[in-house]
Amino acid sequence: MVRLKDLPTEELFTSGHRLCAGCGAGIVARMTMKALRGPTVVVNATGCMEVASTIYPYTAWKVAWVHVAFENAAAVASGIESAYKAMAKRGAWDKKVDIIAFGGDGGTFDIGIQAISGALERGHDFLYICYDNEAYMNTGIQRSGATPHGAATTTSPAGTKIPGKPEFKKDFIGICAAHGIEYAATASPAYWNDYITKVRKGLEVEGPAVIHVFSPCPLGMRHDSAKSIELARLAVQTRYWPVYEVEKGKYKLNIKVPKPKPIEEFLKIQGRFRHLFQPQFKHVIDELQQYVDENWKRITELCGEA
Amino acid sequence: MSKILGLTGDGAVAYAVKQCNVDVVAAYPITPQTLIVEEFSEYVHNGEVHTEFVCVESEHSAMSACVGASLTGARVFTATASQGLALMHEILYIASSLRCPIVMGVVNRTLSAPINIHCDHSDMMGSRDCGWIQIYVENAQEAYDWVLQAFRIAEDPDVLLPVTVNLDAFILSHSLEGVKVLDDAEVEKFVSTRKPVLRVDPDKPITVGALCLTDFFFETKRQHVEAMNNSPKTISRVNNEFAELTGRRYDFIETFGMDDAEAAIICLGSTAGTAKAVAKSMRSKGKKVGVIKPWVYRPFPAEQIVKAIENLKALAVLDRACSIGAPYGPLCSDTIATLYREGIKLGVFNVIYGLGGRDMTPFDIETVFNETLEVAKTGVVKEPLKFVGVRE
Ligand SMILES: Cc1ncc(C[n+]2csc(CCOP(=O)(O)OP(=O)(O)O)c2C)c(N)n1
Ligand code: SF4
Ligand SMILES: [Mg+2]
Repeated sequence: MVRLKDLPTEELFTSGHRLCAGCGAGIVARMTMKALRGPTVVVNATGCMEVASTIYPYTAWKVAWVHVAFENAAAVASGIESAYKAMAKRGAWDKKVDIIAFGGDGGTFDIGIQAISGALERGHDFLYICYDNEAYMNTGIQRSGATPHGAATTTSPAGTKIPGKPEFKKDFIGICAAHGIEYAATASPAYWNDYITKVRKGLEVEGPAVIHVFSPCPLGMRHDSAKSIELARLAVQTRYWPVYEVEKGKYKLNIKVPKPKPIEEFLKIQGRFRHLFQPQFKHVIDELQQYVDENWKRITELCGEA
Repeated sequence: MSKILGLTGDGAVAYAVKQCNVDVVAAYPITPQTLIVEEFSEYVHNGEVHTEFVCVESEHSAMSACVGASLTGARVFTATASQGLALMHEILYIASSLRCPIVMGVVNRTLSAPINIHCDHSDMMGSRDCGWIQIYVENAQEAYDWVLQAFRIAEDPDVLLPVTVNLDAFILSHSLEGVKVLDDAEVEKFVSTRKPVLRVDPDKPITVGALCLTDFFFETKRQHVEAMNNSPKTISRVNNEFAELTGRRYDFIETFGMDDAEAAIICLGSTAGTAKAVAKSMRSKGKKVGVIKPWVYRPFPAEQIVKAIENLKALAVLDRACSIGAPYGPLCSDTIATLYREGIKLGVFNVIYGLGGRDMTPFDIETVFNETLEVAKTGVVKEPLKFVGVRE
């Protein structure tokens, strides 16, 4: 586990970007940059992180950075990795380059999943990081395959008949692990040393690695922008966001939660769940609690903890 | 020293790519382009090239990987057709706007529905405004020759635009021809390796693909247009060097019988071969007909076409694609716009032909020539747009 004093003070993701105050995407980007081990290229899918960290002629990135489109960060990373390899073969390139691709949950769970699956299967040496704010935030908070059950978004509104999103969240790390890649992990920015350690680990792996990190979004989740890290911690402490890693197919629980808080603790500080606290929708909270319990059981069993 | 190999159109493309020191090929199979990726895979698996072949999971990812690779300064090639090109559409614009000098073989096949694997130009014409240089070839020799030249044109610092080399599905892609190929060493000397102007290099970090709004976007497009406007100089220079090397002279257009022709056909790709053969036989009977074949479709060879039609009275523009709801097919719209701009009055009509692989026979072409001669004589265009070879 890294220690605070080991981290570089240099900021490769600089201030001056236009992410909202308290945005998890910025925290994730900054922490990621603290974990670099050498020459790095960042590929960014379209989404809040990309849009708010650059606007021509300005950039918040002091590393080489490429944005091509929304659904193809993994494919672009594949091309970059292959190009350096090929140029090295003919003696025209001599650097070992780490490649990190960032995608939001929309760019990862939904429109980008094919490109990710392809890149993982082909075994490119890169680290894919999904910062998951659980909706398409950049386009104004629409539901994604990562939006949790019951959450209100602009395309799964808190209606009088249908209270938010009826479906549940995809198991993204399960999908990645099923590709047989060497390293996949979840993380939360509230546990910075766990996250930074994992980024370094993901970079050190030869071949593809994936990190799925919870990313608070004051605007879309509708929480106090001063409470982003608190929310990220509650996600873990309610067992909503199990923090684990899958190394060579072996699951390991990284943060134990012996005395979980009830899911309401996580829900009640977010406006996107406010409607669930009306008596007629109480059952949705129960369904969410049940999902959390079952998911926790499943993950901890995989981790050999149960 | 050149030698002659029996190659299909696709094989000629793959062979050229093998000789061009290409760093990355990212491609996805689709009929009738498949032979290109198959043959190229053999070169890779037999250790004949240093290329990283990224066998992607879709054409969208193929073009995305090509863009990523090209941005690092690598030399990059891909090939596709039809649905595959349509799936790439989004990234085609990004490739050209980020000034990635990718070379792509497009084996022109129609677009669904109904699904059909045969030739027409709907695929490329559907993406004709994507900001790429677009070449159309008549046979496998031209496919080989233009692929070699395409890397030089694309990667020229004054241009830095991607190039498509278009060849007709099956008619060219799968037909075996004797193709004069150069020695590897001669190609090596001609194409060398890419010398990138700017590249994604962690030691000199740059931001590529930033958000760019109302204050700068328009300027980037204007520069893109300028790059295309600069390209003719480079194309001519490369054509000249290639002619010196091989004796085979390319240009923006090829003309046949245009010195004294009163009636002519203008068309792209393999049909031009048939048109030339028909024109030759008609000319031997004293009919003054000619053919214009644009090799380069983007940038549009307006100047060269205007010069070629100096003595002409009537022109039939053959389009192997239709722009449904528009007054004319794409090649005809461009041609008429050119004539109008130059104040040239000419009897022009548009022929839509060959959709979904329907043959354009010598008889059909002779009929079109005769109609064009009639227009030349009367000065009257009865049917501005007509379909040839279809059951009505
Ligand atoms: C092909 C395509 N479809 C749709 C869009 C519009 N779009 C841009 S960003 C975005 C949502 C991004 O959501 P996510 O990946 O979760 O990132 P976030 O903005 O939440 O950080 C959408 C739908 C697009 N740019 N490209
Ligand atoms: S909308 Fe959410 S994800 Fe986007 S910048 Fe604001 S806080 Fe960050
Ligand atoms: Mg999101």
